[in-house]
Amino acid sequence: MGQTTPAWASEARWKKIAIWVTAGSFVLLVFLTFDTLSKVSVGGERVRAYSVINKEIDYRYDEKQKRFAPVIGKDAPLFGQALSEEEAEKLVMLGKKTTQAKNCMNCHTLLGNGAYYAPDLTKAWLDPGWIDAANRENLMLAFLKDPAGNARSFGSGRRMPNLGITDEEAHGVVAFLKWMSAIDTNGFPNNFKTLNTKE
Amino acid sequence: MNSIVTALPGKIASVFTRLDSPYLNGGQQLAVKYFSVATVLFFAQLLFGLLAAIQFVAPGFLFGWLDFSVNRMVHINAMVVWLLYGFIGSVYWFLEEESGTEIAGLKLGNIAFYVLTGAVTIVVLVYLLIQTGPGKDSTIWFINEGREYIEAPRWADFGIVAVMLVFFYNVAGTFMKGRWSGISGVLTLDLIALAGLYCAGMFYLTNITADQFWWWWVIHLWVEATWEVLVGCIMAWSLMHLIGARRKIVQTWLYIEVALMFGSGILGLGHHYFWIGTPDYWFSIGGFFSALEPIPLVAMVVHSVYDAGVHQFKSRNHPALAWIIAHTFGNFLGAGVWGFMHTLPQINLYTHGTQWSASHGHLAFFGAYATINIAFFYMAVQKWRGNVWMGGELPGNGWKWKWAMALLNIGVLGMTVALLIAGYEQSFIERAVEGSTWSGYFSAQNHPWFQQAMHWRLLFGLITIAGLVLLIWDLMTIGKGETRPALQLSEA
Repeated sequence: MGQTTPAWASEARWKKIAIWVTAGSFVLLVFLTFDTLSKVSVGGERVRAYSVINKEIDYRYDEKQKRFAPVIGKDAPLFGQALSEEEAEKLVMLGKKTTQAKNCMNCHTLLGNGAYYAPDLTKAWLDPGWIDAANRENLMLAFLKDPAGNARSFGSGRRMPNLGITDEEAHGVVAFLKWMSAIDTNGFPNNFKTLNTKE
Repeated sequence: MNSIVTALPGKIASVFTRLDSPYLNGGQQLAVKYFSVATVLFFAQLLFGLLAAIQFVAPGFLFGWLDFSVNRMVHINAMVVWLLYGFIGSVYWFLEEESGTEIAGLKLGNIAFYVLTGAVTIVVLVYLLIQTGPGKDSTIWFINEGREYIEAPRWADFGIVAVMLVFFYNVAGTFMKGRWSGISGVLTLDLIALAGLYCAGMFYLTNITADQFWWWWVIHLWVEATWEVLVGCIMAWSLMHLIGARRKIVQTWLYIEVALMFGSGILGLGHHYFWIGTPDYWFSIGGFFSALEPIPLVAMVVHSVYDAGVHQFKSRNHPALAWIIAHTFGNFLGAGVWGFMHTLPQINLYTHGTQWSASHGHLAFFGAYATINIAFFYMAVQKWRGNVWMGGELPGNGWKWKWAMALLNIGVLGMTVALLIAGYEQSFIERAVEGSTWSGYFSAQNHPWFQQAMHWRLLFGLITIAGLVLLIWDLMTIGKGETRPALQLSEA
């Protein structure tokens, strides 16, 4: 102790390094943020337009990318009624706000983020648990409006509580889930077999 | 009735004024208020964590009254808030000594404390009693924002920002009035970043990809960047205070840590951008930089253990030094090793959204943040009692602090391992084998390996709570009736 400090350990030098590294990383992050936000705007290839709920959506293995990816198919309007982009946005927004207002994220995960007490909702629209595409919408609406009465516990004893979700809100949530299932999540979840695959 | 209501603020203030001690400076009196509320919230965190843990083994427990979502939200929110209370308190604690002058706005700081505590109380009561609302903006503004970790409704966000501004004014103003140092410079800049980042979580977006993109700006850049630097500052000051480490050495280390922490942590944000719809270049950026994230944490371990060793582990406050060492190891293991284990996208594809994250979260938040706050509680209580002796040879050989420390660490480590096993099991059965369908999710949840892990987690949770009860008892009694003065350290 007490000898002269070698240059590599000098306080002044590390101060400069700290400032430059922090500033450089932050500038890079800002640049990447602009780039990412432009690539994930609604209506692009990664995050589809809200009116994608008028289409059939599937999730299949993409040989070229070597991972699972959403596939947008033929017309298949949600609740049997094709919506304009504005109408679709309004419905999805109601659904998104409902998922926040009902605190879904503190049991479920969305895009894999949230709590781990209930299943992931990223591909909930495509889950084979709905058995077939024909009954799916009605099953989802009934479940959301009375989850305790229509419990889907898979033998776990866990039930979703009744959260007072109205009919309108339930329609919004289903629209939001359908729209979310079309987001390109880089192959997460892997090896997910949709209800279409099962058929 | 009216007179009761008008007298209430005075009554509440008088409760906190009883915490004043003639041995403390202004900033330290304020710090003690923060520490006492932090302890209450720490207990609330564990209590609601316990309720949630019970629901994993007995799903009918409190169903329809306090559902899992409510308990889990209070569990993680109480944690975030008590840690922040601890950090704010720690900074107020050393503010006057570090700046060599009196705090710039003590009165304002006190008002901010009462405003924040009042707001936290209202937010928690609304969480518990109202819980959810209709799918409208009014719910997001007044009940619950529904975004993990930052569920506080929007009105409270503005309150939090206002209080943070007062805190920032006190920190920057006091150093400007007195003297600056390496620690205070880093601290002040870090607080600007910390407060600014919170604003990234204060708006609604329907586009869930963009929503989660900004949400991670707050969560990640707080806990894996600005909070880490904040505790780096707190640790630097603590080492000088506790063992007489030289300022030049701790400040050089602090700069090294800032360079490594921000150099890895800012772009390490990318590990949250693998699966939320963001472009896949984040695989490389997030993978590379988050793989570097443990390095500054290794540096902290080396730094603290080396410095303590150089000073022959002679310290003014044994419990505090022990918790500082626990902090560096806990930070390295919980944040560094547990984080690294599942951070690369090739494994994260299977571990994302499983109990892996819960395992990492438990050890990291405890190891990196709870520990250093507890160290500060001990430093505070020592001076509060008149700067009394807190080295070796405490009454009863200091069994309370030693057992509290052992129980808390064993409890958290036990929960971490139990959750890790559950996470392995989920990654295999739910993700790899069953492809993450709902039926796959429940196959994993119903498997005996998962069920056993949840029972073990509950048991170790109870041990953690026992540790906290003992810790609180110790903090209330340690140094009582002690006549020996604290060890004097010569700065060497």
